[in-house]
Amino acid sequence: MIQIKQLSKKYKGTEKFSVSGLDLNIDEQEIFGLLGPNGAGKTTLISMLSSLIKPTSGSFTINGLTYRENKKELKQFIGIVPQEYALYPSLTAFENLAYFGSTYNLKGKYLKQKILDHLEILGLQNFANKKISTFSGGMKRRINLIASILHEPKVLFLDEPTVGVDVQSKNVIINHLKKLNNAGTTMIYTSHHLNEAEDFCSRVAIIDNGKIICKGKPAILVSEQPDARNLEDVFLAITGKALRDYA
Amino acid sequence: MHKLLASTYKEFLLLTRDLGGLAILFLMPILLVITITIIQDGTFKTLNETKIPVLWVDNDRGETAENIYQNLAKVNTLELIQKTSENEAKELVFKGDYQLAIVIPENLSRDLDRKVDENVRGMLAKFGLNEDSISLAKTSNSQKEVRLYFDPATQYTFKSSIKNGIDKMIAKVETQRIYKAFQEQVTDDPNEVIFDTEPFVTFKEIGPDNNEKAVLPNSTQHNIPAWTLFAIFFIILPLSINMVQEKNQGTFVRLRTNPISYATVLGGKTLVYLCVSMLQFGLMLVLGVYLFPNIGLPKLDVSGKIPLLFIVAFFAGLAAIGLGLLLGTIAKSQEQSAPFGATFVVILAALGGVWVPVFAMPVFMQTLSKLSPMNWGLEAFYDVFLRNVGLGDLLPEISLLFLFFVATAFIAIVYNERKNAV
Repeated sequence: MIQIKQLSKKYKGTEKFSVSGLDLNIDEQEIFGLLGPNGAGKTTLISMLSSLIKPTSGSFTINGLTYRENKKELKQFIGIVPQEYALYPSLTAFENLAYFGSTYNLKGKYLKQKILDHLEILGLQNFANKKISTFSGGMKRRINLIASILHEPKVLFLDEPTVGVDVQSKNVIINHLKKLNNAGTTMIYTSHHLNEAEDFCSRVAIIDNGKIICKGKPAILVSEQPDARNLEDVFLAITGKALRDYA
Repeated sequence: MHKLLASTYKEFLLLTRDLGGLAILFLMPILLVITITIIQDGTFKTLNETKIPVLWVDNDRGETAENIYQNLAKVNTLELIQKTSENEAKELVFKGDYQLAIVIPENLSRDLDRKVDENVRGMLAKFGLNEDSISLAKTSNSQKEVRLYFDPATQYTFKSSIKNGIDKMIAKVETQRIYKAFQEQVTDDPNEVIFDTEPFVTFKEIGPDNNEKAVLPNSTQHNIPAWTLFAIFFIILPLSINMVQEKNQGTFVRLRTNPISYATVLGGKTLVYLCVSMLQFGLMLVLGVYLFPNIGLPKLDVSGKIPLLFIVAFFAGLAAIGLGLLLGTIAKSQEQSAPFGATFVVILAALGGVWVPVFAMPVFMQTLSKLSPMNWGLEAFYDVFLRNVGLGDLLPEISLLFLFFVATAFIAIVYNERKNAV
């Protein structure tokens, strides 16, 4: 589904490559986890794959399409759940979703029903007409997710979709994502919640300094690492315990 | 089209949810126009109704001084206050109590009579008409000086108009005295009319009305177009702030990943803010026509001009929105867009002739003013309000405004594409 070849990104004014010569293939209907410490290059990689930033070198295709040649088609094909709440605070949940849905050419009763269905699934049916500014973090995260999946994307990029939410919200979000995956959606997911990733992802890659250090099924990675009981142990063993503060 | 309508509706919702922003968009221009019109109406009244007290010191006490006094007394805008001492008058003016003192020199009438008599007799002698001519010898008459004391804070235009007025009056008195001297020389009958001393050439100010009635612009006719245009251009502030907020909220990032073009996003903003401009303009016209007469200000005359006025407002609104879109695209924060936008609008207004008429600017600034879209808009409004032109005559100005919108919107789109190219 996604083929990445020697993909690199170096931001202007920086010495270091944020993503460096990365090769990766992600199969259809996979939930692929990108794990790594802060500044490892996870968000940069997702930003390139979702057309937000331009790679410095290398290439990638999604379902055989490239942004250079099939921009409109590709944008209709993918969905992005950004790390920030990308919502209008002064609009209601319904108004936000109606607008973002309409950008995918969804309209009329179909769009309305789609919004109401998703709101119900994610437990927000009673808040459709409330302004986003009154929502809790967990509610905003769920609306953020709905805004990205209304058009039923075949590939979904999830940049820390459960960061800063309570356990209940996290549970609802993950369960809904699993249902979407079962229905055929390929997912590329970044998170610092390694337990969540271990449970959620079919395959993970640990990235550090813009490069993939290891990749595979979570259970296999755990079994291959001596003394590791879970993915977090693998992560610490591979990336080290030193703090990764950067500015 | 569906995406454009959705974007427009979203912009409408965002705008109507921001009550503070709406108040700024509608109430502030109203306050601005009312305040400026009241202030400027005072200036117009100063020129037309209010009397400016002027000190009058007559050291001559003759016919010439009396003549000048009578002429000045006829000027509606001046109120002459007699003083006997030049020093006292000078002190009062320099203290700022009065704007002007006029001091007529001693023996002005006598010396003027002498000078005119000498000149007339000399001239007649040249023609051999005066038998006393041979014995004529010129008396030494030194030049007489009417002294004007101005308050240093007095505006240059007022000074210069007073100086010109007095100069004209003295010239008239001199001319009449010359005619009189000739009359005395050629006839013994003082009642015989030989010369018609009334001015032969007169002036009539003709306005562009069909009935050739002179149009005297009042403060409302000047201020409504100028300050409405200013308000319309101030739309770049909320518009650019709206765009910067979208960037900060992350919604702009989402839109960049969605299959909607930047042109469509800008199109939605353009439609909503264009409606705002038109509403602003309509509100200003309502103010000028209905409110102003009730608060003692001149009524705005819009009879037969409304369609053309709205056409000008439409294109002026487009130009302002184009600028707002460009600023909102380039600016990264409200700290960048708000001060820059506000200052830039003030500069455009100054260049456009909102405060100082373009003809009164230095030549270089006059050239620069031709580059200000506010100047194109203002000229178009004046064309409609004061020059009674048709749509054809407005085409150059509204075309420039439209091209300005196209150029700024195009630059905004290209800038965004280049910056976010993948």
